[in-house]
Amino acid sequence: MTLAPHDRLADRGRAPVPAPVTRVRRARNAPPWWFVLPALLLFAFVVLVPSVRGVYYAFTDWDGLNPDFSFVGLDNFSAMLSDADARQAVWHTLLIAVAITIVQNAVGLVLALGVNSAIKSRNLLRVFLFAPAVVTPIVTAYLWRNLLGPDGAVNSLLGAVGLDGWEQDWLGDPDLALWTVVGVVVWQYAGYSMVIFLAGLQSVPKEIHESAEMDGAGPVRRFWSVTRPLLAPALTINLMLSIIGGIKLFDQVYALTGGGPGHATDTISTLIYKDAFTLGEFGYSIALAVVLTIIVAVASTGQYLLLSRNEKAAS
Amino acid sequence: MIRYRRRTFALELAMIAAALFVAFPLYVLVNLAVRPSSDSSSPIRPTSSPTLDNFTQAWQQGSLGGALANSVLVTVCSVVVVLAISSLAAYPLARVTARWSRGTYLLVLLGLLLPFQLASLPLYQTLRDLGLLGTPWALVLFYSGLQVPFTVFLYVGFLRALPRDFEDAALIDGCTPLQAFRRVVLPMLKPITVTALVLNTVTVWNDFFTPLLYLSGSAQQTMPVAIAGFVGQYVTDWNLIFAALVISILPVLIVYFLLQRSIINGFAGGLKG
Repeated sequence: MTLAPHDRLADRGRAPVPAPVTRVRRARNAPPWWFVLPALLLFAFVVLVPSVRGVYYAFTDWDGLNPDFSFVGLDNFSAMLSDADARQAVWHTLLIAVAITIVQNAVGLVLALGVNSAIKSRNLLRVFLFAPAVVTPIVTAYLWRNLLGPDGAVNSLLGAVGLDGWEQDWLGDPDLALWTVVGVVVWQYAGYSMVIFLAGLQSVPKEIHESAEMDGAGPVRRFWSVTRPLLAPALTINLMLSIIGGIKLFDQVYALTGGGPGHATDTISTLIYKDAFTLGEFGYSIALAVVLTIIVAVASTGQYLLLSRNEKAAS
Repeated sequence: MIRYRRRTFALELAMIAAALFVAFPLYVLVNLAVRPSSDSSSPIRPTSSPTLDNFTQAWQQGSLGGALANSVLVTVCSVVVVLAISSLAAYPLARVTARWSRGTYLLVLLGLLLPFQLASLPLYQTLRDLGLLGTPWALVLFYSGLQVPFTVFLYVGFLRALPRDFEDAALIDGCTPLQAFRRVVLPMLKPITVTALVLNTVTVWNDFFTPLLYLSGSAQQTMPVAIAGFVGQYVTDWNLIFAALVISILPVLIVYFLLQRSIINGFAGGLKG
């Protein structure tokens, strides 16, 4: 820790620079550096060091057990380019992330506007609509796997209301399974987006709405010109959460389809798991994790830069 | 004021319909869980002869009691440790402007960008060498470090908006920095601590990937892994599986409905920082 500069000057016998007493005390009694040690050590042990080692392993043929492994350069990455499963998994991951981000936020915003209105059941509805977000994803996914089966409750319900033609093999049809996974994730987390939008909506002062109404602005105009700009921070957070959550998605895919049918719903995360623990290809698996890291980093910094510029422009 | 008009009533009905759509899977879940396996009528028809047999059978055969105890142990220990070390670390990171402080904070924030899949495989090897693999302590250690970046981020954002007058007064009165932290700063951190508590508890309790990796093959399971094992074992006996799912959801939903206000505010509020 450094002492305030005027103390050192005083020691050399020069005239001390006058400074408020509190600043001297503040510098002497500032919280010491060792307060960060426990957190920093655990973080380094669990995240930093293994991540750095992970990046190194991505350039080796390590199988997870054998201490003898050799450096193979970019082999894992070039293997990825010629691996149709890996290319597909990257594509599915991006598709899922974008679809979840759009649908979940659209539904969440609509729900938030509904719950923020004058309806009588708004408090109860808020609690109910958010409830799925706290339930264990693997559990809700197993529940949906049954509901979406050929004889499951979803098809029964469609049959019961006369929509037999809409009945599908929701998880068994390779063209449909990916979108079904997206639907289940949106069912679970739309309430989460709603709660964050709601916090944003409630920060919009009522007076602004009233004066806009008196000036003759209709509901659509009021939403666009008054509410929307003030929702920008909530939107930033929501987009960030849903896109990163979508890129890392594992539990729901594992429980709903296991990546199938065939490889129709494999994502980078499910492939990392399969390659490491069923095929024993740790080096290749970690190379996939490196790709995942790069995608997450690019998506979140890109989005942050884009949206913080928009936020500034909106305010 | 916004008045209750006919249009508001139509909106009310539409919103209730949306809530029913959200609740529909839960209705089927309970309906099938209380149904004897001999009953093979449509899953959406209310069960005519409800029974609790599935629950006793699932509880005994799935060793769900042990899994529940492990989940509680892992969640409580991890969350207590991560809140303690992160709030302590956030204090200098928020107050000291020296280069070491800013550098450390950036390093910690870098952790927000690293997906845990990258660290979890090399860490697997380390935990195996330490003999922790297959024990709940592997998970406590993992979550205590993994959740540091997010929790420190919450605390630093909150602390920077707090005035320092109270701490300064405590220091002038002769408190050591540690005393000032414990007696003055920590009590002021209560709102953000509730948020961090809620978010970390839900994350740790629901995590599936980590225990799948670090506990696989051992007798120690947490609830999500026990459920996955149960589904794998009783592949088609859905009445039994649904009873197990209800058992795993129930504690979560009870806590949620009891503390719904703090929990929802925790989710909404932590993200303003």
